[in-house]
Amino acid sequence: MIDQLDDIEARVSAALAQAADPEQLEEWRRATIGRKGEVQLLTRRMGEIEPADRPAFGKRINEIKTSLQAAFEARQEALKRSVHETDGDTDRIDVTLPGRRPVLGSLHPSTLVMRRIERIFGDMGFQTYRSPDVVTDQLNFGDLNMPPDHPARDMQDTFYTTDPSAVLRTHTSGGQILAMRERHPEPIRVILPGMCYRNEQITARSEIQFHQIEGLAVGPAITFADLKGTLTEFARRLFGEGRGARFRASYFPFTEPSAEMDIACLLCDGQGCQLCKETGWLEILGCGMVHPTVLQNGGYDPDEWSGFAFGMGPERIAMLRHGIRDIRYFWSNDLRFLRQFQRFV
Amino acid sequence: MRVPLNWLGDFVELDGSPDELAELLTNAGLEVKAIDRLGVAGAELPWPADLVIAAKILRVDPVPDADRLVLATVDYGADSTRQVVTGAPNLFPHLGKDLGDADLWGALLLAGASYRNPYRDLKITRLKPKKLRGITSDAMLCSAVELGLGEDHEGIILFEPAAELPELRPGRPLTEVLGDVVLDIDVIPNIARCASILGVAREVAALTEAAFRPPAVPLTMDGPPVAGRVEIATENPELNPRFVGLLIEGIEQRPSPYWMQHRLQLAGQRPIGNVVDISNYVMLEVGQPNHTFDYDLLRQRADGYADGGPVQIVTRLARDGERLTTLDGAERKLRPNQMLVTDPAGALSVGGVMGGRNSEIGEETRNVLLEAAAWAPGSIRRAQRQLGVHTEAGFRFSRGVHPSQALLGARRAAELLRLHAGGTIAEGIVDHYPQPAPDVTVDFDLGYLRRLSGLDLGAEETAALLRRLDFEAEPADGTDKLSVTVPDHRLDIEGPHDLIEEVCRIYGYDRIPSTVLSDVLPPQRGNREQSFENRVKDTFADLGLQEIVSYRLTTPEAEAKLQLEEAEPPSYIRLANPSTLDRVVMRRSLLASVLEAAASNSRFEDRLALFEVGRVFPVNERDSLPEERQRAALALTGPRRGDHWQAHADPNDCFDFFDVKGVVETLLDRLGLTVEFGEPEAHSAATVFCPGRTATVLLAGDPEPVGALGEVHPTVAASFDIEPAAGQPVLAAELELDRILERIPDSLQVEPVPVYPEVREDLALIVGEATPAATVEAALLAAGKPLLCAVELFDVFRGETIGDGSKSLAYHLTFRAPNRTLRDRDVKKLRRRILGQAEQAVGARLRE
Repeated sequence: MIDQLDDIEARVSAALAQAADPEQLEEWRRATIGRKGEVQLLTRRMGEIEPADRPAFGKRINEIKTSLQAAFEARQEALKRSVHETDGDTDRIDVTLPGRRPVLGSLHPSTLVMRRIERIFGDMGFQTYRSPDVVTDQLNFGDLNMPPDHPARDMQDTFYTTDPSAVLRTHTSGGQILAMRERHPEPIRVILPGMCYRNEQITARSEIQFHQIEGLAVGPAITFADLKGTLTEFARRLFGEGRGARFRASYFPFTEPSAEMDIACLLCDGQGCQLCKETGWLEILGCGMVHPTVLQNGGYDPDEWSGFAFGMGPERIAMLRHGIRDIRYFWSNDLRFLRQFQRFV
Repeated sequence: MRVPLNWLGDFVELDGSPDELAELLTNAGLEVKAIDRLGVAGAELPWPADLVIAAKILRVDPVPDADRLVLATVDYGADSTRQVVTGAPNLFPHLGKDLGDADLWGALLLAGASYRNPYRDLKITRLKPKKLRGITSDAMLCSAVELGLGEDHEGIILFEPAAELPELRPGRPLTEVLGDVVLDIDVIPNIARCASILGVAREVAALTEAAFRPPAVPLTMDGPPVAGRVEIATENPELNPRFVGLLIEGIEQRPSPYWMQHRLQLAGQRPIGNVVDISNYVMLEVGQPNHTFDYDLLRQRADGYADGGPVQIVTRLARDGERLTTLDGAERKLRPNQMLVTDPAGALSVGGVMGGRNSEIGEETRNVLLEAAAWAPGSIRRAQRQLGVHTEAGFRFSRGVHPSQALLGARRAAELLRLHAGGTIAEGIVDHYPQPAPDVTVDFDLGYLRRLSGLDLGAEETAALLRRLDFEAEPADGTDKLSVTVPDHRLDIEGPHDLIEEVCRIYGYDRIPSTVLSDVLPPQRGNREQSFENRVKDTFADLGLQEIVSYRLTTPEAEAKLQLEEAEPPSYIRLANPSTLDRVVMRRSLLASVLEAAASNSRFEDRLALFEVGRVFPVNERDSLPEERQRAALALTGPRRGDHWQAHADPNDCFDFFDVKGVVETLLDRLGLTVEFGEPEAHSAATVFCPGRTATVLLAGDPEPVGALGEVHPTVAASFDIEPAAGQPVLAAELELDRILERIPDSLQVEPVPVYPEVREDLALIVGEATPAATVEAALLAAGKPLLCAVELFDVFRGETIGDGSKSLAYHLTFRAPNRTLRDRDVKKLRRRILGQAEQAVGARLRE
């Protein structure tokens, strides 16, 4: 009887290998290791066995059951896998078809660049301070050490309103005066973003309105060296590690000493190209130590206080960083331009 | 200011390459915008040293059978002479002459070298040997234009040896003689003293510590004395502090010497004739503008008013109604705040700006009165602006030319007229200097220098830096101060802060250390308005809207498109000097900006979802400055979803009223605000929207709307040229952001997560068509409180089963108790109460 068990195992195992789909496999299970299956029923024949052989017989049956159960499960797994592997032709998808993408909105490049700049200065303790677009002639020029007939007024073409005392601000610098008057006698670190206006021809390189970000630091011991350090750090964070920066003397009526900060050309890295007009440098911002007259106009005694100020154009910076050739794109509101800033980094 | 280095080299030793010099100047505030190379290595048209050379012209002979050609024999440093065929008209006067003693030189270009071909649009062309009238021609004598030196192609370059030119010898490479490098320097207002070769030379000397060689200005005055012939007076010495006059007689007008023409050309001035050229040359060289009058014309006038007495020059303010025809031919009405040079017979010139026709140098002029004066900058600026003329002289005077320069300029110009126009200088300089400029001395506190610059420089070191710029600087005994005297060519130094800039400049901005701000950190306040505004922008972008930024300048007409009916336009902040006709006032509406952007994009986009956050500028009746209000506006139109290959275009699936409302609801909810929507009053500002398809936006407890939204009236949309596909509405909203931001709560309060389960029930009610859903919802909530915690509309149905004039509103009701699990009978009881009260309040009945 025990000898027969080997034959049964061999036959049943062979039948398992024939089961080609889940239905046949289930049929096999019922016929063999199921509750009323052939193998289960073998235990009932224990009575036909010599009592001395019974323990060996029982043990052998259990072995067979265990091994068949394992084989069954393995076969079941294999069949499941093969369904995914071979029977999938009808369910197969062309994974190269486009995915379904939600429509995204995005921010205007000026907003994106200004946020980036404000964040960098925010980390250094510069708070945003906003001031009006339409200001008095006195605030835009007079308080900034530019009395009427001052030659520096030639540097900016001003939009005057029909009321001669009111102008569209040509720079955010007037905000310095407002910030000083409001914050006095605290030390100051502020960033003044805002729209500015100049009466110019609208061309690829010049616009009648543009943003400016002004910065102002006033304190008891602020030096030109601090100005250099702060702005060099800014350039490092905005344009990346190792981007060369230089300061050269310049002129603004409201700062002295005055400087321009250039960075090594982003395109040619200082070798000289069309973008940097062969100089190797790109002008990024104007800056300087706050002129004593301006400090005084803001309510700070120049014998006790000093400060630095700087101003830059976020649109110009965006143009340099993103290879934008035409400043007119910024207010054209053309979606084919604006949408590209979904990928702003 | 174009600075040829050979000219600059007259006054300062130049070491190092032009690039190094340019960098040095740029760093010191004299920004070199461009470096032009002429003939030398790196030039666009380089002159090879062996092929473009100086040649001495020995004789000029006719070419047989060719009237318009001559044959020049030249010595070009080779063993034998060479013959060159040329048609240059300026050689014809020398035809048949032996020029051995004339010392006349030309620029010889040999075959193989390239030149600018005037007959082929100045294309750079290589010279190849060819035959002209049977004579082999493999060299040419060049004109200025052919060598890239100027515009002149009237004749070949002919020059003589001169002190201003390097030594000439036949065959000397022309680059060594006429080649040059020109720095184009941007002269910013505070370095107006550098609007001259001399000024730049001083700066170079200070920066490189090379020796500065001030010009020697000898003056040979051997004519009859000027005394008794010219008198000068001024009525307004504060506007005309100095007037120097020199009389030069017997001049001969002719072209100026080649070296002068060459330098003027390199500096960007076209040579005209010796008298004008000398005037320009002196202005460029020493920075002192000057003017020449025809002395005989002045003399004639004097005979009228002085009967043989002296010419009386008077500078004074213009008189009412006075007129003068200036050199450019324009008849100018003069204003009483403009300074004139006059004589008793009338105006002669607008002082420091432009001369007059009545005393102009003409072809016949033999005797000239030379003027070199000082003028007050503000007055010149005003005159230039009023007259609309901007001259080189005016440029310099309006930025300030120190009166000390007048004498220098006058002497230099007179001597050049003597040398190159053959004149005789009358004995005596008429130097009217009623208001000598005071010496400026500044007490320079070195503590201030240290405090501002971050540099720790000693007194001697600082003094040495200043002396490089010709300041006199002496340490004051026993103090931390320098006594500094400003040199007499500078007008820009007013106080110690100006000296700090000079010290830093000469020390080198690049050598000043960079330090981290270590000063007191001011109190940090943040910017609430800005952070909320950022949240508004981010929310719109998250909802799929694209931010735009528009011009804040517009026209009243553009904004009037928002009005269905013609209305009185509101008042605007208006520009006095607009640059274009479509940007004349400051905008009052942000909605108009957004609709304009929608229109311009609708030409190539079906689906538009735009927003803008920005200022509008309503007029403030009590102030010349407007109010500046922060607004947000948005516009939606077209398909609600983006394109996808699986989606079948459904024309009905387009943005509608509830999309724009949903955006506004989401925004205000995200800002923590409770919002209500109301019906606009008839004829309110919301006429831009379709009647019955618009709502006002109200914040709890404030009857004044903070915005409006709705479906843009098709007529308005059409007036903006927005052309959506048929049946697709344009939706828009405008919100008064500044008023909304005021109401935003400072913090978010979190509800606990419920402990006991909720029970959900659905309820469909039939109400009259006119009953607003919000009223029904309010009635439900009032009836169900406190256990009814949420009401959510999920269906609106109209149909036969409901009956005409009615609609069915179906709600999910959510019940929850804070302290126990609700039983079925609790909910049943509540449901009955809700139904009863809803019937009472809004006439609702249950839809079975």
